[in-house]
Amino acid sequence: MSAGRAVIAGVYNTPQARRLENWTTRKLIASAALGALRDAGLTLADVDGVITEGDSSALIYDLRLGPAWQGRGFGLDAVVEAANAIKGGQADVVLIVAAAAGVYVDRDATAPWTRPENEFVAPWGLFTAAEFALIARRHMTTYGTTPEQLATVAATIRNNGHQNPEAVYFGRGPFKPEDILASRMIADPFHLLDCSMTSEGGCALVLVAADRMADLPAKPVHVLGGGADYYGPAYQFPPSWDLAGRRGGPVNGRIGGRAADRAFRHAGLERSDVDVLELYDPFSFEIIRQLEAFGFCEPGEGGPFVEDGHIAVTGSHPVTTDGGTMSFSHAGGSPQMFQRVIRGVQQLRGEAGPLQVPGAEVALCSGAGAGALFNSVVLLGTEASS
Amino acid sequence: MSTPLAPQHGELPHAEPTELSAPFWNRCAEGTLTFQRCAACRSINFPPVEVCRECLDTDLGWEESSGRGTLYSWTVVHRPVTAAFTPPYAPAIVDLDEGYQMVTDLIGIAPEEITAGMPVEVDFHEVSPGLHLPYFRPSAG
Ligand SMILES: [Zn+2]
Repeated sequence: MSAGRAVIAGVYNTPQARRLENWTTRKLIASAALGALRDAGLTLADVDGVITEGDSSALIYDLRLGPAWQGRGFGLDAVVEAANAIKGGQADVVLIVAAAAGVYVDRDATAPWTRPENEFVAPWGLFTAAEFALIARRHMTTYGTTPEQLATVAATIRNNGHQNPEAVYFGRGPFKPEDILASRMIADPFHLLDCSMTSEGGCALVLVAADRMADLPAKPVHVLGGGADYYGPAYQFPPSWDLAGRRGGPVNGRIGGRAADRAFRHAGLERSDVDVLELYDPFSFEIIRQLEAFGFCEPGEGGPFVEDGHIAVTGSHPVTTDGGTMSFSHAGGSPQMFQRVIRGVQQLRGEAGPLQVPGAEVALCSGAGAGALFNSVVLLGTEASS
Repeated sequence: MSTPLAPQHGELPHAEPTELSAPFWNRCAEGTLTFQRCAACRSINFPPVEVCRECLDTDLGWEESSGRGTLYSWTVVHRPVTAAFTPPYAPAIVDLDEGYQMVTDLIGIAPEEITAGMPVEVDFHEVSPGLHLPYFRPSAG
């Protein structure tokens, strides 16, 4: 029996847009929470665990959910934390919710939570795109990875968003790699269209114990494994490919490799079992890096791998099928990462419309990357692991 | 060929030096690049830290760097995140000859001339009153 195991029973995305007029973060959170619970066939009265970005206890108070378990995980780590809380018997129904609206004062600005105010990077003008560019450049000079290969990633993901009616940039394509390369340079090698956008929106997930699913309407999606690799705080230290710790193991440029190894081992799955990769895409190169770090291709082979069409929805390794942060949405710190898992759930339920990967049974979801010095992984499946 | 990259001028985002970092910035004002070395295990610590990142000893002293190194990675920013920076500028990571890395900006070279591993040397500029920043430029010889 699958008693004690955690499944994702409900997911929901609020509207996403560059700016959501007349919405606040709190109103979006309420909308997202109710949407995910409705999707799960549950109500607020069923919830006895909460994780949100920032202060979960305030949300417990405002939604009158107490006494409730609360988690503190950020991004994909929250999903693993919630699953573990359910497995450990600390909660039965965990609501994970986050949103951002009214955050941007300048719609062209980089996400404010990544603005470095730090003594040994700020005066040299580092910001998110530059940090990730320093990682990308190292790969390009080491392996000969090309701007065209980066542009292939961006075009692929943006074309997914182009076909996704829920995406902020729905209908804004299609894109060819040449279109990416023709957009203005932001931080070499990243052109504007190699970069994520900024937007607003909210989302939520509801996790429950697997034995509860018999009463619930949705097709259950099992949390089969997870992992997290951290090398330090983002945006304070040189984002060095070769940053290493005292224990050995993958360097920062390979971050996520240890997390993926552990997730696969725990799930009893192989790389070849994965049908769809909902990879976090803050910048085009990050997909190439993650494909290598997670073991889907050899070190240095990521560029040719994406060039050969593997990552298209019709390819062997479809990535980021909603359009990701480049085209679907890039809201808040946690929402954009929760949305990788939400898309994985949609794929495994067969709800991805024109972007459905036929027969998808296992999804790998990821969050953040080497410019950020951390990367987390979640493995989802239609079947419980044995 | 485009114009060589130049230092910034004007108010830039920067933190107030702390007790820990003040020795570094004070020596920058004198035109000397420094780093912390642990007396116990001889490891270099940069950025400075209270407790050695290698052996956790607290006996950390400052040493002078040659200011020479090689280019580890770089980018050329054309669209800065704040108006404080005048583009283009080239954030970089430099491998110092002493065996540590630091973030800087490259100057004195056109963006298209930058190559991986090129020898570079420190070049200080007072970008605003009191803020002396170590930039790096191609080595003279
Ligand atoms: Zn030491």
